[in-house]
Amino acid sequence: MSDAWSFFLFAAFVDNMPLTLFLGLCTFLALSRRTESAIGLGIAMTGVLGVTVPLNHLIYQGLLAPGAWAWAGQPDLDLSYLSLIAFIGVIAATVQLLEMLLDRFFPAIHAAFGVFLPLLTVQCAILAGSLFMVERNYTLGQSAIFGVGSGVGFAVAVIMLSAIRSRLAYADLPAGLRGLGIAFILTGLMSLGFASFAQMAAAP
Amino acid sequence: MTARTAFWTTLTDPLIRQNPVTLQILGICSALAVTTSLATALTMSVSLTVVLTLAAGVISTIRRHIPDTIRLIVQIVIVASLVIVIDQILQAYFAQISRALSVYVGLITTNCLVLGRTEAYARYHPPLPSMVDAFGNGLGYSLVLIVIGAIRELFGRGQLFGHQVLPLADAGGWFTPLSLMLLAPSAFFLLGGLVWAVRSVRTEQVEPPEHTPPLRQEAAE
Repeated sequence: MSDAWSFFLFAAFVDNMPLTLFLGLCTFLALSRRTESAIGLGIAMTGVLGVTVPLNHLIYQGLLAPGAWAWAGQPDLDLSYLSLIAFIGVIAATVQLLEMLLDRFFPAIHAAFGVFLPLLTVQCAILAGSLFMVERNYTLGQSAIFGVGSGVGFAVAVIMLSAIRSRLAYADLPAGLRGLGIAFILTGLMSLGFASFAQMAAAP
Repeated sequence: MTARTAFWTTLTDPLIRQNPVTLQILGICSALAVTTSLATALTMSVSLTVVLTLAAGVISTIRRHIPDTIRLIVQIVIVASLVIVIDQILQAYFAQISRALSVYVGLITTNCLVLGRTEAYARYHPPLPSMVDAFGNGLGYSLVLIVIGAIRELFGRGQLFGHQVLPLADAGGWFTPLSLMLLAPSAFFLLGGLVWAVRSVRTEQVEPPEHTPPLRQEAAE
């Protein structure tokens, strides 16, 4: 239990997607102007990552990994080069399915963050979640925790950034720094803060 | 003559005036992660430019045959196939750099720059202009990557392309490497500074103030 919890904290804070791994920055910066959209994005990210990472784990281990076809008499078959296409297909399908389900059963939630859902298909952080799962050889349980954890980490980061950015209304910035420039520097400062989580993980 | 000028502007516009990274907020993820050294930044730039140009060419050739409803999936599959080819080539001939780039080559698939350009330009234009536009955007992206990669490698290790440029203090020289330059935050600071620098010269890119002070609080008090 405590193992799972510490792994969750590792995925959420030490390996924070936008701040230490630079993943999903495009939507991270574009949608952090307003807190409402940041919250919507965070929830959607957590949902999609939590579903796709374990799903892709099953597909990779069952169909694509070297030796996965041994039961069919093909022990040497290695389809892992197809993993990119398989993963992106699963992600696109999951996002589409999620959108249809929300639209059918929870129209209020769908209306609240409908625009962000299709965008998530091309979110680097979501594909990266699956790629890291393969590169680091997670088990099914670990990949589920990793998916949810990194989604939560993304949500925390994007909501924090949007809160800081809305405070900047009172700051008198140099004209060239307004908008994107200051957002980068803020992200850098937050990233410095999150670097201290790595120290915490290193300590026993 | 006018056609040639149009090509030229399509090619040079994305370099600074419409730079994909500093103005359009596209493709930032990979721009920051691979810039700890000049060699990886250069490899990434070349891979991305190749994928982008080829994808734009293919998609614009079949643009009349892609049904609108499933166009995203079709585009992603085309891009993903190209990325797999590049990834295999890198693994075969540049194994060391391929390891340094880790998952980021695969992430070209979801690089917003690729999909952004195919979605915004290649879908409506014939192959040749699309490829020119894609190539120009690839160059604009490469420019940012190479500048940041060069700064980070120079000040982080005192090297350029792995050659010692500034003599290190440990080896009897005078330069003490700034290890912060190799960590994540410095990339954000450098890119923020770069955006500031570009916008100081090109003042038309300056964004209008984001927020007007909220009136709601006044009413509450």
